[in-house]
Amino acid sequence: MERVYLDNNATTMVDPRVKQAMDPYYLQQYGNPNSLHSFGTEIHPEMSVALDRLYEGTGAADEDDIIINACATEGNNTVLKGIWAAKLKENRPFHLVTSEIEHPSIAHTADWLESMGARVTRLPVDEQGLVTPEILKEHVSRGSADLVSIMWANNETGLINPVQELCRTAHDLGSLFHTDAVQAVGKIPLNVSELGCDYLTFSAHKFHGPKGVGGLYVRRGAPPISLLHGGEQMGGKRAGTVNVAYMIGMGLAMEMATEALDYENTKVRELRDRLEDALIGIPDTVILGRRENRTPNTILVSFKGIEGEAFLWDLNTNGIAASTGSACSSEDLEADATLRAMKLGADLAHTAVRFSLSRFTTEEEIDYTIETIKKIVRRLRSISSTYK
Amino acid sequence: MAKGDLIGGTLWDQYSGKVADRMNNPRHLGAVSEEEAAAMNAELVVADYGAESCGDAVRLYWAVDRDSGKIVKASFKSFGCGTAIASSDMMAELCIGKTVDEAVKITNIDVEHALRDNPDIPAVPPQKMHCSVMAYDVIKAAAAKFKGVDLSSLEEEEIVCECARVSLGTIQEVIRLNDLKTVEEITAYTKAGAFCKSCIRPGGHESRKYYLVDILKETRAKMEEETLAREERPFADLSPFKQARAVETLFDAEIRPSLKQDGGNVQIVDLDITEEGPVIEISYEGACISCPASGVGTLGFIEKILKDKLDERFQVRIV
Repeated sequence: MERVYLDNNATTMVDPRVKQAMDPYYLQQYGNPNSLHSFGTEIHPEMSVALDRLYEGTGAADEDDIIINACATEGNNTVLKGIWAAKLKENRPFHLVTSEIEHPSIAHTADWLESMGARVTRLPVDEQGLVTPEILKEHVSRGSADLVSIMWANNETGLINPVQELCRTAHDLGSLFHTDAVQAVGKIPLNVSELGCDYLTFSAHKFHGPKGVGGLYVRRGAPPISLLHGGEQMGGKRAGTVNVAYMIGMGLAMEMATEALDYENTKVRELRDRLEDALIGIPDTVILGRRENRTPNTILVSFKGIEGEAFLWDLNTNGIAASTGSACSSEDLEADATLRAMKLGADLAHTAVRFSLSRFTTEEEIDYTIETIKKIVRRLRSISSTYK
Repeated sequence: MAKGDLIGGTLWDQYSGKVADRMNNPRHLGAVSEEEAAAMNAELVVADYGAESCGDAVRLYWAVDRDSGKIVKASFKSFGCGTAIASSDMMAELCIGKTVDEAVKITNIDVEHALRDNPDIPAVPPQKMHCSVMAYDVIKAAAAKFKGVDLSSLEEEEIVCECARVSLGTIQEVIRLNDLKTVEEITAYTKAGAFCKSCIRPGGHESRKYYLVDILKETRAKMEEETLAREERPFADLSPFKQARAVETLFDAEIRPSLKQDGGNVQIVDLDITEEGPVIEISYEGACISCPASGVGTLGFIEKILKDKLDERFQVRIV
């Protein structure tokens, strides 16, 4: 086994068909879609197809917007800063409600807004690691919040928040609702019309599209927001020449992710469960979060007595890519925010390792991973001073 | 920020070949048993440092020869990241052949240097220097156990930055000698605060006894005070501006540091120069507010310093 990639929550391989679909837009059809000549206009039909696929895949109505941007980080920044700026313009205070387990693109943007004078409420999670409507109601009074932003599925644990109920509750409280759906697309059926959210963000590279392109869904009637001012692209809502190849790639990737939902929730889930069952079979191992509450591809596991970065090092030596939220692996020596919010105890935060599968993961890869993990656990526990 | 910082995720790229090699194949791994030690005519010493909840824990085994007093075998076990494993392994190796007194002199910096491939290139990135400190701490713990003494009795000086092993005395001295005004300058001169950054200010990776921000402020205040002390004229003849500055400086240099040690502090509310002499109004903060001694003992302490250093007619009022 040469290499096994089990870090699909970080990024995914571009689907070969997606790459093929993008190819013509580099050497042949390289025009600017806003030009009047044929180099520009000849791209329009394929761009329309891409939009159709994105609207279809997300369940958006034609009256809604899906603004093509560079990444979910841009989308998240646009929503939070956009609504704040609109309030600022009216000379009104801004109250953002988010959670303690958000991705840095929400968490750090919220910190920045707070430093600019905004009020920020960060909701804790329950004992299952979830943000619930009850928690939202408990912390936010009616009419006080301007925007509630809660992630759909958590990147570290795969835990799925009840966003439909959260959205309803936020609306009942008189607030707009945004969800960061980066880890949900391709794993959970997505329908913004049923969900009822005002804003939703996603990123192509998490569902086998290219890096550097994402989408921001804006419900019709929701306050318009924009971060980048300039040309007339995206109806003037997001200036900057559209990355044509990436937009077309993302459109196809979205269609394929929707088609692969069944496979993801059957075959990928089976492989994940097979790996998870094998991990549970190793003594003194804890799996974080109930299986039924998680995206079908994710496992966050703690091996007692083994520090996360050391585990990752041994995995990498054996050609397996995974991830850890351990403080020792980060540039700033801080444990991952999700692990801290889940109040797991410091030892779990130092030992947690994440495996995330994709539709390209094979049975052979999982079998090899299981055998390798057993060997690594034996070696590192024999080194460990805290494991008996 | 510069070109080198833009890509990120370079943690592992910065490990030396020796670090990687010792992570994969530690040479001095495992326990030493009583029987093994006895067979070598050696005394077994086992010491632990750290805890799983801190992210690093290491256990050191020494077999100390009963005749020569030399460490004839050293090995370790570790719960820690790869660099902690590599540092522990090198630390054990450096102990072998030394007496306990010699081994105590091994520092984390020796361990890190021994792990370098190239003498000029660090073996680990700055934030990982922290892991090698563990290796140093456990030697101290083993030596204390061997000698049957308290761990703190082996500390010769107050260390502010564990990663770079910079003492309080050194930091105060460079601030004075080079007239340093910022924490960044302290780091540039001494390397203190360049690694895990815990010692710069409260709120970092670890809580510390001393922080560079406080040391800088207190040392600067003491320097200022000494400059003012060279002022020939008595306090009463100074301009109001210089009077206020002298009082503020004295508080920073002599009064606040002792109050802060007990979790308290004091603010100057007003300074009035009356016919009967200067009157200062102060308000307590933190632990001083509820401290029963603050109305008597602490007040007397503050008054005495003001009288001794500035004007013997000084009166202090708490507001």
